[in-house]
Amino acid sequence: MSATVKTLVNQPYKYGFVTNIEADTIPRGLNEDVIRLISHKKNEPAFMLEFRLKAYRQWLKMAEPTWPNVNYPAINYQDIIYYSAPKQKAKKNSLEEVDPTLLETFEKLGIPLSEQKRLSNVAVDAIFDSVSVATTFKEKLAKEGIIFCSFSEAVHEHPELIKKYLGSVVPVGDNFFAALNAAVFSDGSFVYIPKNTKCPMDLSTYFRINTGDSGQFERTLIVAEEGSSVTYLEGCTAPMFDTNQLHAAVVELVALDNAEIKYSTVQNWYAGDENGKGGIYNFVTKRGLCQGVNSKISWTQVETGSAITWKYPSCVLVGDNSVGEFYSVALTNHMQQADTGTKMVHIGKNTRSTIISKGISAGRSKNSYRGLVKMGAKAKGARNYSQCDSMLIGDRAQANTFPYIQVQNNSAKVEHEASTSKIGEDQLFFFAQRGISAEDAISMTISGFCKDVFNKLPMEFAVEADRLLSLKLEGTVG
Amino acid sequence: MIIENSEVILSVRNLQAEVEGVQILKGLNLEVKAGEVHAIMGPNGSGKSTFSKVLAGHPDYTVTAGEIIFQGQDLIAIPPEERARSGVFLAFQYPLEIPGVSNLDFLRVAYNSRRKHQGLEELDAFDFDELVREKLEIVKMDAAFLSRSVNEGFSGGEKKRNEILQMALLEPKLAILDETDSGLDIDALQSVAGGVNQLSNESNALLVITHYQRLLNYIVPDYIHVMESGEIIVSGPKELALELEERGYDWVREEAQVGV
Repeated sequence: MSATVKTLVNQPYKYGFVTNIEADTIPRGLNEDVIRLISHKKNEPAFMLEFRLKAYRQWLKMAEPTWPNVNYPAINYQDIIYYSAPKQKAKKNSLEEVDPTLLETFEKLGIPLSEQKRLSNVAVDAIFDSVSVATTFKEKLAKEGIIFCSFSEAVHEHPELIKKYLGSVVPVGDNFFAALNAAVFSDGSFVYIPKNTKCPMDLSTYFRINTGDSGQFERTLIVAEEGSSVTYLEGCTAPMFDTNQLHAAVVELVALDNAEIKYSTVQNWYAGDENGKGGIYNFVTKRGLCQGVNSKISWTQVETGSAITWKYPSCVLVGDNSVGEFYSVALTNHMQQADTGTKMVHIGKNTRSTIISKGISAGRSKNSYRGLVKMGAKAKGARNYSQCDSMLIGDRAQANTFPYIQVQNNSAKVEHEASTSKIGEDQLFFFAQRGISAEDAISMTISGFCKDVFNKLPMEFAVEADRLLSLKLEGTVG
Repeated sequence: MIIENSEVILSVRNLQAEVEGVQILKGLNLEVKAGEVHAIMGPNGSGKSTFSKVLAGHPDYTVTAGEIIFQGQDLIAIPPEERARSGVFLAFQYPLEIPGVSNLDFLRVAYNSRRKHQGLEELDAFDFDELVREKLEIVKMDAAFLSRSVNEGFSGGEKKRNEILQMALLEPKLAILDETDSGLDIDALQSVAGGVNQLSNESNALLVITHYQRLLNYIVPDYIHVMESGEIIVSGPKELALELEERGYDWVREEAQVGV
């Protein structure tokens, strides 16, 4: 390795603080009693407990996947705390009743929840460890018939919708981590957009892990009825701990005829230190079902955090002419490992999908794209375009691409393009010779590299993502 | 042009430099004054390109002895971006492509970093747009190149024109052209050289590094230096280039040895 391309210290993780708050925490470990306890604590109806137990029994028979291109010591599932919630006075009716410590925490994270300061055009559901602590703009949205609330609330207020859609896209036994989530999930967000309604503001969930030994298992369910549309944003941070925390979430999206869902994530979980100590294991199942004709589901993700990322936001294109999109920037630095990509499963006629994946690897990190494009026998005239670009920074990082293509009918069209580039000494010298600093050079190069994806993010998020990438890479090359 | 008593822009004394432990420059001396055009010629491997990179501060090269004084300032001590901002410009032999970064943005950031260094206010996108369009004339470039990614998909000639466009914007005190003629057809060569000549004046200086005499028909030097094994072995007036073209480098080598 050349003299000056070397990994320097990262910008310190600025969300690494811990909030001191009394928590209601159950003992470590997992068994049927723990699941009954979680369900009881949440005062759930019987169908929920059945759902959980069914998932748990399946999970017991399943094995952790070994095919991802990542390495980590075996996880002791009996050493995890499966439920931890900040102690609050009974049920809060308004934000004024939420513990000020929690409001402060979110304010510090840049997510003001109080009435005066809240983001003007985004409704937020704030999730702290296992529970939702506040949801903004709920009443205003209710006027349009839009339901935006915590999952726990939805179970009580809208059991018929939960019964109908929970597990309909990601079945309880879909995979090891999804089954675990179904058994123990504690909260999450629920969104329901009624027929022919365009959601007037962006909806957003902000996830915060606070407790050191707890896992976070949340579930998001979004249902977009015929002719409706919604844009959803998700953000995540966690404190810095020397140990690893497990985050196993499930997201299910359902789009009916002519409905459109845009789901964007900026993931900035704590990634561990530069030697790979600590950080979140982000093992997440995200799937969208384009059930209706002409429906559209679009995933945009900017993945910068987590010690390990295992995540494949997917689209199942059942409705004729439905559209699936996946735009991704995955950045790994230091010892981070990411195995991420998408699945586009074409079932209906003339379904279309686009995959744009940008992987950036710095430090000694490992960044893999894994994607499946499947053209079913009945997916006549279906089309896919995939583009997977990798960029290496320095010469100790790794980039891999694992594309899987399965075509079962001869009228389908699949295109795949891939490229690899590198930011090294010569690139930086070129910029330097024009008076541009190494930091600016990397930031410009990365922004350029990610432009196709950033263009798909909502404005506020795009700016945030751009800034986040520059921060993460600050001092990567010096 | 040679001007009596003009300011010394660059003074190189006993410059020695190595790359990966191999010594390439072995005691190079050169003085360049304002208004002058110097050509550095020499066979492949004589250290010409190394010299240009050492002047610009490429991190792969280590200076082991000697000094580089640029406008009274010791260059060796300062990083490449600072050298560029103080007015050292290197037109690259192989300009790099930067996908996704628009040429216009790149030029503006570069231009503003020089402005900032000079204590001037940065130009906003609108004012800069106007300025860059004037400069396009100098190298006869189409404005369409501004919205494309830096050098991406540019032909060899277009890349070199883009280098000279950067030179036109940055208005360096010392411009080093590293094999700017390589890979250019005669039309491209003429417009690149024409641009350089327009930019050359009595307050700046030009260091033209070339293997062939051809470029010097268009950019006429005041002095020619011949490099061999990491040092300048012969210097002379522009006519020296013609002699080299006719008789090759061996003759200079012998001559130099006799001289010693």
